[in-house]
Amino acid sequence: MIKAVMVMNTQGKSRLAKFYEYLSVEKQQELIRGVFSVLCSRAENVSNFIDAESIFGLDSRLVYKHFATLYFVFVFDSSENELAMLDLIQVFVETLDKCFQNVCELDIVFNYSKIHTILDEMVFGGQVVETSSSEIMKAVEEISKCFLSPFLLSCVKMHVDDVRFSTFALFLIRINR
Amino acid sequence: MSGPSLMDSLFQRTLEDLIKGLRQQLIGEQAFISKALEEIRKEIKSTDLSTKSTALLKLCYLSNLHFHDMSFAAFHALEVLSSPRFSHKKIAYHAISLSFHDSTPVLLLITNHLRKDLTSTNEFEVSLSLQCLSRIANVDLARDLTPEVFTLLSSNKLYVRKRAVAVVLRVFEKYPDSVRVCFKRLVENLENYDPQILSAVVGVFSELACKDPRSYLPLAPEFYKILVDSKSNWISIKVLKIFAKLAPLEPRLANRVVEPICDIMRKTGAKSLLFECVRTVVTSFSEYESAVRLAVGKIREFLVDEDPNLKYLGLHALSIVASKHLWVVSENKEVVIKSLSDLDPNIKIESLRLVMAMVSEHNVAEISKVLVNYALKSDPLFCNEILGSILSTCSRNVYEIIVDFDWYVSLLGEMSRIPHCQMGEEIENQLIDIGLRVKDVRPELVRVARDLLIDPALLGNSFLHRVLSAAAWVSGEYVEFSRNPLELMEALLQPRTSLLPPSIMAIYIQSAFKVLVFCLHTCFVRGGSTAGVSASASYESFDDLSVENGVDSTVAHGQTCTSAPITNESIVNLLKLVELALSPLLGSHDVEVQERARNLLGFVDLIKLEALSSSGQEENDSERKGVEATKIIRLVHDAFSKELGPVSLSAQGKVPVPDGLTLNENLGDLETICGDIELPSSNTFSFGYPCEEKDVSSISNLQIKEDSGQSNESTSLLAEHRKRHGLYYLPSGKSEVISNDYPPANDPALQGDNNDNAGDLVKLTAESLVPKRKPNHSKPRPVVVKLDETDEKPVAVKQPESRDDSVSGAVRDILFSSEDILPTSSRSNLPNSSRKGKEKQHMITQVESKENVVDDGNSSSRRRKDHSHGKERRHRKKNAEERNETHRKEKESSSNHPRRHKSRQRAEEPLKVPPQTSVIPDFLL
Repeated sequence: MIKAVMVMNTQGKSRLAKFYEYLSVEKQQELIRGVFSVLCSRAENVSNFIDAESIFGLDSRLVYKHFATLYFVFVFDSSENELAMLDLIQVFVETLDKCFQNVCELDIVFNYSKIHTILDEMVFGGQVVETSSSEIMKAVEEISKCFLSPFLLSCVKMHVDDVRFSTFALFLIRINR
Repeated sequence: MSGPSLMDSLFQRTLEDLIKGLRQQLIGEQAFISKALEEIRKEIKSTDLSTKSTALLKLCYLSNLHFHDMSFAAFHALEVLSSPRFSHKKIAYHAISLSFHDSTPVLLLITNHLRKDLTSTNEFEVSLSLQCLSRIANVDLARDLTPEVFTLLSSNKLYVRKRAVAVVLRVFEKYPDSVRVCFKRLVENLENYDPQILSAVVGVFSELACKDPRSYLPLAPEFYKILVDSKSNWISIKVLKIFAKLAPLEPRLANRVVEPICDIMRKTGAKSLLFECVRTVVTSFSEYESAVRLAVGKIREFLVDEDPNLKYLGLHALSIVASKHLWVVSENKEVVIKSLSDLDPNIKIESLRLVMAMVSEHNVAEISKVLVNYALKSDPLFCNEILGSILSTCSRNVYEIIVDFDWYVSLLGEMSRIPHCQMGEEIENQLIDIGLRVKDVRPELVRVARDLLIDPALLGNSFLHRVLSAAAWVSGEYVEFSRNPLELMEALLQPRTSLLPPSIMAIYIQSAFKVLVFCLHTCFVRGGSTAGVSASASYESFDDLSVENGVDSTVAHGQTCTSAPITNESIVNLLKLVELALSPLLGSHDVEVQERARNLLGFVDLIKLEALSSSGQEENDSERKGVEATKIIRLVHDAFSKELGPVSLSAQGKVPVPDGLTLNENLGDLETICGDIELPSSNTFSFGYPCEEKDVSSISNLQIKEDSGQSNESTSLLAEHRKRHGLYYLPSGKSEVISNDYPPANDPALQGDNNDNAGDLVKLTAESLVPKRKPNHSKPRPVVVKLDETDEKPVAVKQPESRDDSVSGAVRDILFSSEDILPTSSRSNLPNSSRKGKEKQHMITQVESKENVVDDGNSSSRRRKDHSHGKERRHRKKNAEERNETHRKEKESSSNHPRRHKSRQRAEEPLKVPPQTSVIPDFLL
């Protein structure tokens, strides 16, 4: 069972937080801070696991991956495989990359709903239901079809231009190195 | 009304505007957010659903990423949920799954919305509501929506069906009775050929099997088939997880499964699956030699891999193996020890654990030596990790692996001097514990304590204060082993002790008290006793002592050699020192310190008066006073010389209740009074602060001053008590002389070339893994006092209680009852029999579940018709009662032997074929 999915940047700002059990916002903030304080103290090129039991309680493990300015973090228990979770992070990032063409932190900042939609297609109530990024893409597109009214569509277009304008300052995440 | 609402929606900030505004930070983030929240509060009350939903979305954003509470919007979320538009619904569901929990008041109102969306034709709407259900379902929701979930379990849309399968987990957990309805359909999905559905179902079963594996044994044939056929790594991993749980329960199953697992291990290219196989084998199949060998081969590949993740997991797997096959660790010890100096903290810690697993009584000294050297070099975190694991390994089972306690005590001293050491508390406990338990080590202990106390630099390190308090206590309690009590006294009263916290300060003062009494005793009383204890002789002996004569007699009588002579003059100096050091403490704000200082100074005053006047001219008077002083000193010394032993926590229970004492009557109220006092955790000794134990004696000291006769009585009472309950006292009266020809703790040769090279450690462990007698074992291990029950390692008596008895109970009901129908004849070969069994099972399933559906449908429709509260409540009450009833029954059945459980079943359903005796089907044999 996956307990939580988090994305945060290297300054510790939360960019996505999903907990599969109810937690008060204060508790969420505490956990995210706890995770970040461990993450930022880790060197490059070390293993992607962290002892999460001190933060999340017994039977919890944590894997993370560091891409450009972002940390992707999955917290889960003993019924998941650590390496499989690492693969899942990879799938998640690949999907984001396909959705936003070279995804960067700003895409994640501005597409709050879409990111959640993508994640929800992958992980359902703490269980992995889809691991193919193309399937996820397909579903997300389907959903946005029944989602957009003409008015909203125009809004999104306007905003997309803005985003392109301001992306120059940010590091691009290149997945397929 | 429509005017402002239109304006609102036209000029409303969208989420994007909000994010942009936040990023620009013109007025500061907090100010901007509170302004935005104000807007949202206004907008969310709008009647226009678009405005409302946008406000809700913004609120979600602020709640999710900026941690602002959004519980106030619970009802608004429900309103948005009722919108026909998908986009609104999606926002509402998102908000609900972010903020709803079991005690959200409007949770009751959501049932119908969910039901409507669960039956929607739009698969995405169904998915949204399932997702929501998987997050917020409570007992009521789970119960009321079970029929819908049941229907969706066989939906022809894969997208929906796999989510319905996943949601079942939460529904089962919240409302165990739903198992009776849904379980068979869930099992049917195991037969599905679509990998996505299969993955979801297997995932659910692996979660369920985690909680109570035994109930799922009858499904083993299905899982076996999946294991053999599966092409998806995800599914294989999950099935392996299930078998890791099932195999230990049923050896025949393990026999059958181990080969396919090894097959996968040989063939697969996926590291995740490979690792899962390895883990499964080393945890659940550790008695299969060939499988373990294969797994160990794979572990070795992991260990030498470049990828730190694989290396870490390899070490992790190794530590799982270590508990049963230690040879595997020693086979790989080069890698393990090299990893101690790895960059990666995970790898370091894991390899440390493995090194500690290799420790035995033959190599503990060498390994500790090298590890301490590692600790000196590494960062504070890892340093303490090392020290902590040395401490816990060495103290395991009452110092089981320690033979040479002198060595261990000096190691403790050495460890506390390591700059990053933060294990003060643990070292403190062990120093005192060893002092109490191991008589023979006390001289060395006092030496170590003295070295610690005498170093003024250590007082500045706050992490060491606990160690120092133990050292102070030890040196006070066992001062008779000290070579130079005067020096000890100076150490205890040095000016830098002002850096200590008051509680430890108090221990220092108390120890100083003990040392002082000891000095006085050796000087006056023992010296006096040379000429006989008779009062008449005391004057002469005083005189003798003041001239150097006394020294000889002290040495002759004190069993340890006190190198510095205790003369009358030095006593006078000592008293002066005490006065000088303690008088400032009379004004201490800490009562403990103040009181002890006062005690000691009072004692000093008393003695000084006597001692000084004893050298005066008036013979008769001084003689009398000298006698009094000796008497007092002897009394106090006697009070201190009673040995403190470890006290078993259950000792109190062993004392028989005297006749005529009706505890329950008199002390009945005590329980309520003491109810909130936390008991110390069991299985350890309650040292608390060593000073607590001293409290008694300090009180008795006061009494001594006032009335020596009374205290005499108390010591005699103590002696009497000891005679009566000798069982709870430590044996005493053994000679405390320790010969000095004790072999050195560590071979000097070894110490010499211990330049903490990894290679050296390898060599050392290699040497020491071969059991051979070391020279320092020539002396037998000293007696370690153990108290029978409490010292035993807490045995894990606690059975893994399955948290949801009711779920597994229901599962068993269903599975075992369906197995009953299986014809025995068709069990000869695997695929056939399982297929047949399946079909039959399904037939019954259908019948049963239909009944269930009808039943449930009835009840829910009934409920839907009458919305009056009273009825609803009554209904729920009834339901709850039923639930309790079934729950109770299931508990009963699951605790009973399955056969009895079946007989109950038989009684209830007389139509069924008589059950089989064996619970576990032999498909796999």
